[in-house]
Amino acid sequence: MSQIAKKDIKPKKKSKLTLDDIQLFLLSLPTTIWFIMFCYVPMFGILIAFKKYKVAPGKGFLWSLVYNSKWCGLDNFKFLFKSNAKTTIAMFRNTVGYNIVFIVLGIVIPVALAIIISHLYSKKLAKFCQTLIFLPHFLSWVIVGYFVYAFLATKEGLVNNVLLSMGFDPVKWYQKEGMPYWPYFIVFLNVWKNVGYNMIVYMASINGIDGSLYEAAVIDGATKHQQTKYITIPLLKPVIIIMFIMAVGRIFNSDFGLFYRTTRNSAALYNSFVTLDVYVYNSLFNSTIPTYGYASAAGFMQSVFGCVTLVTANAIVSKFDKESAFF
Amino acid sequence: MAIFKKKEADAYNELDAKKNVSNVSDGMIRFNRVSPLANAMYSALFIFIAAICVLPVLFVIIISFTAEKSIGLYGYSFFPKQFSVASYQYVWNMRELVGRSILNSIGITVVGTCLGVILTATMGYALSRKSYKFRNFFTWFIFIPMLFRGGTLASYVVNTQVMHLKDTYWALILPICCTTFNIIIMRTFFTTTVPDEMIESGKIDGASQLRIFVQLVLPICLPAIATIALFLTFAYWNEWYNASIYLSTSRSDLFPLQFVLVSIEQKIQFLINNANYVGADAQDLPSETMRMAIVVIAVVPIMFSYPFFQKYYISGLTVGAVKG
Repeated sequence: MSQIAKKDIKPKKKSKLTLDDIQLFLLSLPTTIWFIMFCYVPMFGILIAFKKYKVAPGKGFLWSLVYNSKWCGLDNFKFLFKSNAKTTIAMFRNTVGYNIVFIVLGIVIPVALAIIISHLYSKKLAKFCQTLIFLPHFLSWVIVGYFVYAFLATKEGLVNNVLLSMGFDPVKWYQKEGMPYWPYFIVFLNVWKNVGYNMIVYMASINGIDGSLYEAAVIDGATKHQQTKYITIPLLKPVIIIMFIMAVGRIFNSDFGLFYRTTRNSAALYNSFVTLDVYVYNSLFNSTIPTYGYASAAGFMQSVFGCVTLVTANAIVSKFDKESAFF
Repeated sequence: MAIFKKKEADAYNELDAKKNVSNVSDGMIRFNRVSPLANAMYSALFIFIAAICVLPVLFVIIISFTAEKSIGLYGYSFFPKQFSVASYQYVWNMRELVGRSILNSIGITVVGTCLGVILTATMGYALSRKSYKFRNFFTWFIFIPMLFRGGTLASYVVNTQVMHLKDTYWALILPICCTTFNIIIMRTFFTTTVPDEMIESGKIDGASQLRIFVQLVLPICLPAIATIALFLTFAYWNEWYNASIYLSTSRSDLFPLQFVLVSIEQKIQFLINNANYVGADAQDLPSETMRMAIVVIAVVPIMFSYPFFQKYYISGLTVGAVKG
């Protein structure tokens, strides 16, 4: 029976394009062009990583790159791992290390807060607080950088003034070599800015949970703690997993503004905030002689590793729980 | 509990709905809640966290109204000894630069948002039609860039050398006007709210897909449009990264507001170089407070608008994250 049905359907699938299809294609053509120009064409740009870039004066970048630069194999990568090994290790350590901390805290804290806020008696208070906690998400890192500066500025900053009034010496937060507190500041700022956003995702899922589940649990004598452990968290699991995969897929990316703006790109702190994105940006736009080759080698690894981690994370998840997987 | 069957509703509609549940469930909710002590502790915790999120903004506002002298003596403080509006007067004197950048930001935001909404909605609509033959292909087509990206350098090369966007407004508008995430939100919304029968009836009446899209689909999808428009509006208003890449330092006539802040900070010399913008002598500028005043100008529109729009924002977030 089913075979006959299949045979009936198949020729339909192979039928010619309808007017509908053409119209829909034309409707989405501008977006298609946008994706080609801004996403697909740049993908070929990663080939720069395998070229020895040489400027051809007056001919523009593209000409220099295609005709004037020779293929150089893995030389750019060798530079990263030999001559430049210290920065390279620091940027990989920072990119992945910070991201792992961000992923853990970015799940634990918002889930905990979302569960707690659903327990508050006053829904008005809950909404009021949630709105305020959402505020940092709407601010750019430039603005946040100024906030940080207001607290940490050497001369006028609030923290140093408090330290002074308590009889301590003021600290040069931005200039002191190897300042040990910056990793904590960076983690705090990331949590501070994103907690409202993540909380809302989990709050919406908690509100979507069928209330009769809790009623049944209460009748069976479950405590609030048990309800959370056996109803709320298991039902939040799919959302947590999706948020987790998306975060893991970006593990080689970093929120550029966080690392670049809040630290003011200070040379003394470089080792505690340099990530792949910061390195690429600095070597392209902040150096007197832009080092295209090395920057693109770093960028190439970022693209490839990022793709591999996302696909791997998704494959692992879909093995355990097919429904929660991303694709 | 029929209310919980409503899938697309955002968190708060449901919270409000909970209040109207019959007395029995009301009693159940009352019975099944944390102890008053725990409630007090949780409330205090949330008030504390909310304060941490808002205090920096208040702090910067206070600084911008502090007299420069007071800052010289006591530094930044929540309780300044002397208030002053001098910083805003200096910003007013710089209106050719700051005012222009505000207009730039508004222009970029409006044009970018409109363009982005059009690009997102058309693709979202095409992908939501089950009969569309290229549906699978284009779903992958928009999904692959999420997996694999060319990176900063490659985008920079293409945008400056192929499309010649350097030192144009388009460099600030085009690169961020469309995202896979937004298209997926749109697609999900179209699939769940637009009934197939409606499209069919449009076809029977002889309407083209463009006409169906504009006259039938868009009017009932205004909430989704509002969501995407909000995402884009905030993204464009906060845009500084592309400005720092694609704009030369000499083209201050193109700077958006946020990038003025960046460039002021990058070069404290900025004002001295642009001395013709400033009415007063560059020497006695209240530079610290003035920068904070510009920060306030950039933050205030966001601060007073997002509480009213967050409902749409939240519904977009939940659709995108939960059903992406």
